[in-house]
Amino acid sequence: MAGDSYETHEYDVVVVGAGGAGLRAGIEAHDKGCKTAIICKSLLGKAHTVMAEGGIAAAMGNVWPEDNWKVHFRDTMRGGKLLNNWRMAQIHAQQAPDRVLELEEWGALFDRTDEGLILQRDFGGHRYARLAHVGDRTGLEMIRTLQQRAVSLGIDVFMECNVQHLLMNDGRVSGAIGYWRESGELIVFNCKAVVLATGGSGKCWQVTSNSWEYSGDGMGMAMEVGADLIDMEKVQFHPTGMVWPPSVRGILVTEGVRGDGGTLLNSEGERFMFNYIPEFFKAETADNETEADAWYQDKKNNRRTPDLLPRDEVARAINSEVKAGRGTEHGGVYLDIANRRDADYIMRRLPSMYHQFKELADVDITKEAMEVGPTCHYIMGGVRVDADTSATAVPGLYAAGEVAGGLHGANRLGGNSLSDLLVFGRIAGESAADYALGAAAATAPAPAEVDRLTTLMLEPFTDRGGENPYAIHGDLQRTMHNLVGIIRTESEMLKAMEEIAVYKERAARVKVEGGRRFNPGWHLALDLKNLLAVAEAATLSALECKESRGGHTRDDYPDPDPRFGSVNVVTRKHNGTVSVSLEPLPEMPEELRKIVEEQV
Amino acid sequence: MSTVAIDKRTLRQDTWWLEPMLVVLGLGCFAIYSTWAALQNGNYYAAPYLSPFYSPCLAINCEHVSVPLFGSWYNWSPAILILWIPGGFRLTCYYYRKAYYRSFFWSPPACAVRDAASGYSGETRFPFILQNIHRYFFWASLPILAFLWWDAIIAFNFGGSFGLGLGTLVLITNAALLSLYSFSCHSCRHLCGGGLNSFKAAPGRYKTWGIVTKLNEKHMQIAWTSLVWVGLTDVYVRLLAHGVIQDLRFI
Amino acid sequence: MAEAAVAGNGAEAKMRVWRGDASGGEFRDYTVPLEEGMVVLDVIHSIQAMHAGDLAVRWNCKAGKCGSCSAEVNGKPRLMCMTRMNTFEPGETITVAPIQTFPLVRDLVTDVSYNYEKAKTIPPFKPKPKEADGTRRMYQEDIDRVQEFHKCIECYLCQDVCHVIRDHNENKPSFAGPRFFVRVASLEMHPLDTDDRLEFLRNEAGLGFCNITKCCTEVCPEHIKITDNSIIPMKERVVTRFYDPIARLLGALGGKKS
Ligand SMILES: Cc1cc2nc3c(=O)[nH]c(=O)nc-3n(C[C@H](O)[C@H](O)[C@H](O)COP(=O)(O)OP(=O)(O)OC[C@H]3O[C@@H](n4cnc5c(N)ncnc54)[C@H](O)[C@@H]3O)c2cc1C
Ligand code: SF4
Ligand code: SF4
Ligand code: FES
Ligand code: FES
Repeated sequence: MAGDSYETHEYDVVVVGAGGAGLRAGIEAHDKGCKTAIICKSLLGKAHTVMAEGGIAAAMGNVWPEDNWKVHFRDTMRGGKLLNNWRMAQIHAQQAPDRVLELEEWGALFDRTDEGLILQRDFGGHRYARLAHVGDRTGLEMIRTLQQRAVSLGIDVFMECNVQHLLMNDGRVSGAIGYWRESGELIVFNCKAVVLATGGSGKCWQVTSNSWEYSGDGMGMAMEVGADLIDMEKVQFHPTGMVWPPSVRGILVTEGVRGDGGTLLNSEGERFMFNYIPEFFKAETADNETEADAWYQDKKNNRRTPDLLPRDEVARAINSEVKAGRGTEHGGVYLDIANRRDADYIMRRLPSMYHQFKELADVDITKEAMEVGPTCHYIMGGVRVDADTSATAVPGLYAAGEVAGGLHGANRLGGNSLSDLLVFGRIAGESAADYALGAAAATAPAPAEVDRLTTLMLEPFTDRGGENPYAIHGDLQRTMHNLVGIIRTESEMLKAMEEIAVYKERAARVKVEGGRRFNPGWHLALDLKNLLAVAEAATLSALECKESRGGHTRDDYPDPDPRFGSVNVVTRKHNGTVSVSLEPLPEMPEELRKIVEEQV
Repeated sequence: MSTVAIDKRTLRQDTWWLEPMLVVLGLGCFAIYSTWAALQNGNYYAAPYLSPFYSPCLAINCEHVSVPLFGSWYNWSPAILILWIPGGFRLTCYYYRKAYYRSFFWSPPACAVRDAASGYSGETRFPFILQNIHRYFFWASLPILAFLWWDAIIAFNFGGSFGLGLGTLVLITNAALLSLYSFSCHSCRHLCGGGLNSFKAAPGRYKTWGIVTKLNEKHMQIAWTSLVWVGLTDVYVRLLAHGVIQDLRFI
Repeated sequence: MAEAAVAGNGAEAKMRVWRGDASGGEFRDYTVPLEEGMVVLDVIHSIQAMHAGDLAVRWNCKAGKCGSCSAEVNGKPRLMCMTRMNTFEPGETITVAPIQTFPLVRDLVTDVSYNYEKAKTIPPFKPKPKEADGTRRMYQEDIDRVQEFHKCIECYLCQDVCHVIRDHNENKPSFAGPRFFVRVASLEMHPLDTDDRLEFLRNEAGLGFCNITKCCTEVCPEHIKITDNSIIPMKERVVTRFYDPIARLLGALGGKKS
């Protein structure tokens, strides 16, 4: 307990997270001459980034020479319903191609065009085939490349090391404290700058494509030390998760299936997406099957298929079909590629989807349709950062990747996350290094503060009422799924707030069995803190945001409301209380506004 | 820190011992039969068929001389003169290595089943380091293949007139299977193109490598089929030579 | 739906799970309800939630993509998240043990740092200069081979099953293991790479210890043909360099980098 021993490490920059964002940040900080550590709570190479399937969006123009950063920027802004931080969207679109080519310098092997360049594939919301990819395992290629690069540079990696709290000194970040999963021993980092790259918080929801790691640690820790969170209500429900059998419910089915020709059908065999084309996308979306099918080959003379509308639109459409009784046996819709592409093509383009269905659901996707339904996938909201530096409101604290908010606005386009990780991972690493090189040496934390945090971490071992952490987590996931899911309404969310309050109280009475050595019960007990904090922030923001837009849909306010069209919903914690407010978005310059509004 | 303290040789509950047992049986039977047949020094030719165990027949004393390299002083079995080539080829073959390391040396007997021996140095030391000469056996097997095809062709020649017997078909199949075996060899695959880093620059070798790769995927099956067949071919010729059976003539 | 009713109807999974750490342990029996479509990892999670909150296990993706959940199920090295319960006989007791080749941390979790240490020894990618037009051109036919190797999810099941280190712990310092033969092959066959790792393969990595008995290939969940496509081709290149005087003379035959 208090006074428990701990080891201490000194660094210039500590990067929390070893997904795409963390690794890229670490590499950059190292290259800038900083003594850098990368910390992750799983083994190296197991972060969410490894699961990404479809591809990395970057306007390289290898397949469509017409493509350039402006088109990418426009797609990103429109996909995000203009709630994006325009500057982030601009930097992202401009720098993504260089970041992808850099991966190639480090050994990545993307699928090729006939000319020997990087092949790009279609994805929802992207005007041109833009996603650099490797079959359907792009994230794996990306994380391995970055991981091997980091290893070859000799950067220190702390694996299975869980950071629990950020340490502050004189109003700036001075380090972090956490524990080794393996031994349960405590560990303290003293450093000048911290980059948060901890990813998202999908484990608050029941049906999700996310792993246990997504407990919202970065958001929870950042809020704790005074950073702002924005748009926490904007949660992406990916339209196509597996729905059957129950034990695999939520596992992702890549959008690449639709990008490569797959189409959504209801139980009557109707391609229902044609009935759900919103006004905003009418001009660029095909309204009949012939044109939609022709679009795959000829993008100039045809408009894109509505199967590839942005994810929020497709997820809501599936939800409505199922509600209207046109769903499949297990409450999803059909996703059919078997009748549209030959088996060879499917096996070449979507090998891991083939295996996933074959091995987990006994479905041969080259012969039968898949059953799919929405699954909680990504959080657009996150820590508020400065577009040019990825700096948070707290000096010395930076954030990049899924943990940061702003780039994606109300809805993220597929493929824009992997590019986000590379672009802003690099920027965060660079800025943190610049800051660290100019900052005074790290100061050791006050012993009293370490004692306080140590006590917090070891509390679950003392008997305080015998609550089971797994039970609380399960209940929280159900609450969020049922009451703060795809479609939300005030009364339900108020109920959710009450339930969350109960869970918080129960969490304070958690008792774990066993000792400190690799004890998942204890780990989950500690994760509850952040899970509950993020669930609360998301629910509060969702209550505050009285409109429907992108990844936030309200039954009681079904339309977009201009009042919310130019603000961020900001959550912050002050003296222990969480508050929510609306704050205006940065103003977009005229020339960029023109690009966005241009009709095509 | 030590590994998990499980003292069983394996936790597998399936019939993992079946495969090594079958391999011991199969290879054992073949080894015994072929040694016996090779030492017979007789009954290996039944016009116009020459047993593959004795082809090419290199001594003057042969029942059917392919190339008279060895004079009449040589009167041991002519099979010994050439069998070391296909024998060595198979002994150093990547597939057979797997098969006998597993089933004869129990190194390992099956996956996740503990090795029999306590020490292990793999192919880093004598004698197993000699496995590295496998490709020389591949090269050496090529002329032998040529002779086997030649044997198959003259098996159409029944005392000057064209004919076709069951033996002809047996010899053709034998030559074909042994060719498939040689050309599905891993060393062959390497020599054809596996050693290259860029195929774009060598489209011809890329094509060849592609074909060999396809064959190579079936190397194990081909290895067994050709092994059984070459044995049966010798049996067939031997039975004819002994007059136990009569050749079936189609033409 | 009918099936679900059946599966939900009192069907049970009988599991025998290793509990303990380096100082000792034992197999313990657990019984949990079985639902349709469950995989071994689901059952382990049920045990955690219902009977043993501290049961140590690694996992992330639950879809065979991250390679975290390696264990030995009924004695066979497997990913728990990709092992369906309906592949076993109903009523059969299923044994789940940790990886046996690496030091035990606790329960189903082992210390796999051997692999991360080996990874550090591999000479990294060293690309040749860009094309005159500033691009990097590579053709699909040149990278197909290597892309197979890049599928590796680092589950280390191949490392676990490889008898060279599984049964002969003393070989660990001098043997990199199949995962890293795959990795070196991916670099050696990379159309842009200019480094040469054959000496490394033969000496530090201990390629010669492999007796190509193919257990690594049998357990690879990504179905990488580890032995046929990476180890044997690398052995052949090593032969060209070190054991084949004729090829060395002819030069052109072997796998020399241009
Ligand atoms: C199934 C799936 C498919 C996807 N497909 C695509 C796609 O095709 N294209 C695309 O652009 N995006 C895709 N995404 C989204 C994208 O993969 C993620 O948003 C992205 O990988 C997040 O990267 P990151 O670097 O921010 O975080 P992650 O890769 O999740 O890394 C987070 C890191 O932080 C560490 N960490 C977290 N908390 C702590 C802590 N407390 N202490 C220490 N370490 C901690 C973790 O261990 C991990 O290393 C997909 C996501 C999923 C789940
Ligand atoms: S083939 Fe070689 S590397 Fe693979 S398991 Fe067998 S001995 Fe180990
Ligand atoms: S090669 Fe296969 S078995 Fe080995 S670590 Fe990679 S994926 Fe796992
Ligand atoms: S003959 Fe079998 S590998 Fe060469
Ligand atoms: S949990 Fe990722 S492979 Fe099993």
